[in-house]
Amino acid sequence: MGLDIRLPIGLMFTILGLLLFVFGIVGDKSIYQRALDINVNLWWGIVMLVFGLAMLWFGRRATRAGRDNADQER
Amino acid sequence: MLVYFVFVLGIGFALKRYMKTSKDFFLSGRSLPAWITGLAFISANLGAQEVIGMGASGAKYGIATSHFYWIGAIPAMVFVGVFMMPFYYGSRARSVPEYLKLRFDEKTRGFNAISFATMTVFSSGISLYAMGLLLGVLLGWNFTFAITIAAAIVLVYIFLGGLTSAIYNEVLQFFLIVFGFAPLVLLGLKDAGGWSGLVTRLNGVAIGQGYQAGAWSSSWHFMSSPSNNPMGVEWFGLAMGLGFVLSFGYWCTDFLVVQRAMAAKSMSAARRTPLIAAIPKMFFPILVILPGMIAIALTYQAGSSGFALPRKLDGTFNYDLAIPMMLGHYFPSGLLGVGLTALLASFMSGMAGNVTAFNTVWTYDIYQSYIRRGASDQHYLWMGRMATIFGIGISVAAAYVATRFNNIMDMLQLVFAFVNAPLFATFLLGMFWKRATGHGAFVGLLSGTAAAALHHGLTLPHGAVVGIKGGWFGVMHVYPSEMAQNFWTAIFAWTTCFVVTIAVSLLTRPRAESELTGLVYSLTTRPKEDELAWYKRPAFLGAIVVGAALVLNFVFW
Repeated sequence: MGLDIRLPIGLMFTILGLLLFVFGIVGDKSIYQRALDINVNLWWGIVMLVFGLAMLWFGRRATRAGRDNADQER
Repeated sequence: MLVYFVFVLGIGFALKRYMKTSKDFFLSGRSLPAWITGLAFISANLGAQEVIGMGASGAKYGIATSHFYWIGAIPAMVFVGVFMMPFYYGSRARSVPEYLKLRFDEKTRGFNAISFATMTVFSSGISLYAMGLLLGVLLGWNFTFAITIAAAIVLVYIFLGGLTSAIYNEVLQFFLIVFGFAPLVLLGLKDAGGWSGLVTRLNGVAIGQGYQAGAWSSSWHFMSSPSNNPMGVEWFGLAMGLGFVLSFGYWCTDFLVVQRAMAAKSMSAARRTPLIAAIPKMFFPILVILPGMIAIALTYQAGSSGFALPRKLDGTFNYDLAIPMMLGHYFPSGLLGVGLTALLASFMSGMAGNVTAFNTVWTYDIYQSYIRRGASDQHYLWMGRMATIFGIGISVAAAYVATRFNNIMDMLQLVFAFVNAPLFATFLLGMFWKRATGHGAFVGLLSGTAAAALHHGLTLPHGAVVGIKGGWFGVMHVYPSEMAQNFWTAIFAWTTCFVVTIAVSLLTRPRAESELTGLVYSLTTRPKEDELAWYKRPAFLGAIVVGAALVLNFVFW
């Protein structure tokens, strides 16, 4: 199929992770009382960001490899 | 949440241009790699019944709920991958009912197609209903508004991109669910004092509800007698009813999940699909059951954050709210958005799975077979899109109807027991006994379903009133719990179907063996695996998965 699913997944998690991360840094810290005083937005934002970037990287690599193969066949 | 919606719809639009034939639309052109179909395989099942129902059961029954995974789903998934997929994929059938037609006859397929189409629409309606209710509780959304939005989104992405779109979105939803619920488990466990703290608190729960300490935290230890465990089942009913009949019936014959494997790009990818799916599936109890257990534990003995399970008006716990309330309790704004989106994603993936299965069965097995034969492929593609629309329309209607049971899981199990339980006997005989005939299969299926209904009508779970929970023919036997009743209904249905199919088959004329090549085990050449790397071979993967599931059973014995 023409679309590598890892690209949209990676992009979405990168955006979500970035949003959470920024919110965790600049946002009001008192909301974390309910989360046992852990800044979950910051930490989970980082986790999601890393996952998103990894997916993007794998997806890009596969797409590029696929394009190279197609070039060679031509 | 908005970001998610944009991506979901974007995938639909991006795939639209690839949908040229009905095969693209219904089977993804059989072109997807195994890891994608594998994740979609579990994600399609990861609907409302999974997340809400398993969380609810985790609170209500404790770790014994993991039986739905470790003796239920996992062995069945291995079986379908190793033994059954060669026939599904190899026969080039486009749907499970179509396999029945190839192996048996037209009437067996018709019966299965119609009952299956009805069931998927109904399940999709339950998914919608649960979601509407939940969004009402959590966000104060209006019921009609919530289900309209969700139905519209699912409609658009399936309408545009067909099965590929549904599968891609299911993969997206899979990751979203994992990332949305994992922090909940981490926070909840920390609040309960880690695993050992949780076990101590669960002992309190068990004693508080009149069981021995440990009834919530060991999965097999109290299964010797129904009165010792909160599920009210004994090991035989559990192993045969759930582990054998219900799970195999669901994972091996339900087109909803099998369709994902049929979309794989090769035979070996199709066979690996359920096996790859089984690996994350094994660890899903951590994501969906554990939060429920934490919820009940903290209710009996509050943690530092003071979480407690809400009660209904009559004072009993509202188990279905275990996971949603925990999300609301622990997640601050920001992460809460991710958690709610994950919840929403689970509803939509469950619904989308049903809708894609429905439009395929409707178009190929009902419309093309009985209403309009021999039309152009473009016409069937158009019909598939129309089926998507009215399938979702009926689901919305069903959502308004489905409002009676307090535990969604029990209701779904009931439906599966009537229709799916006898089905597995038919497939087992069809695939492994070449003598089984079409008449045998058809009569067997009918009598199996009738046996299920009869058994349900003659028995009643303890403490229930005669009516939708059974006993409408008079009460002959009282089961200790609704779950035990469901398991035994399944056992009776399966046995009846098995025996009747054999009996009728022996009385009717067998089909020529030449017609059955590729459809029956003894008449099919084994797929060659020599060219595959050893770690990609289905049998090897299957053995690993079963071994790991065994270990989990012993660890939490």
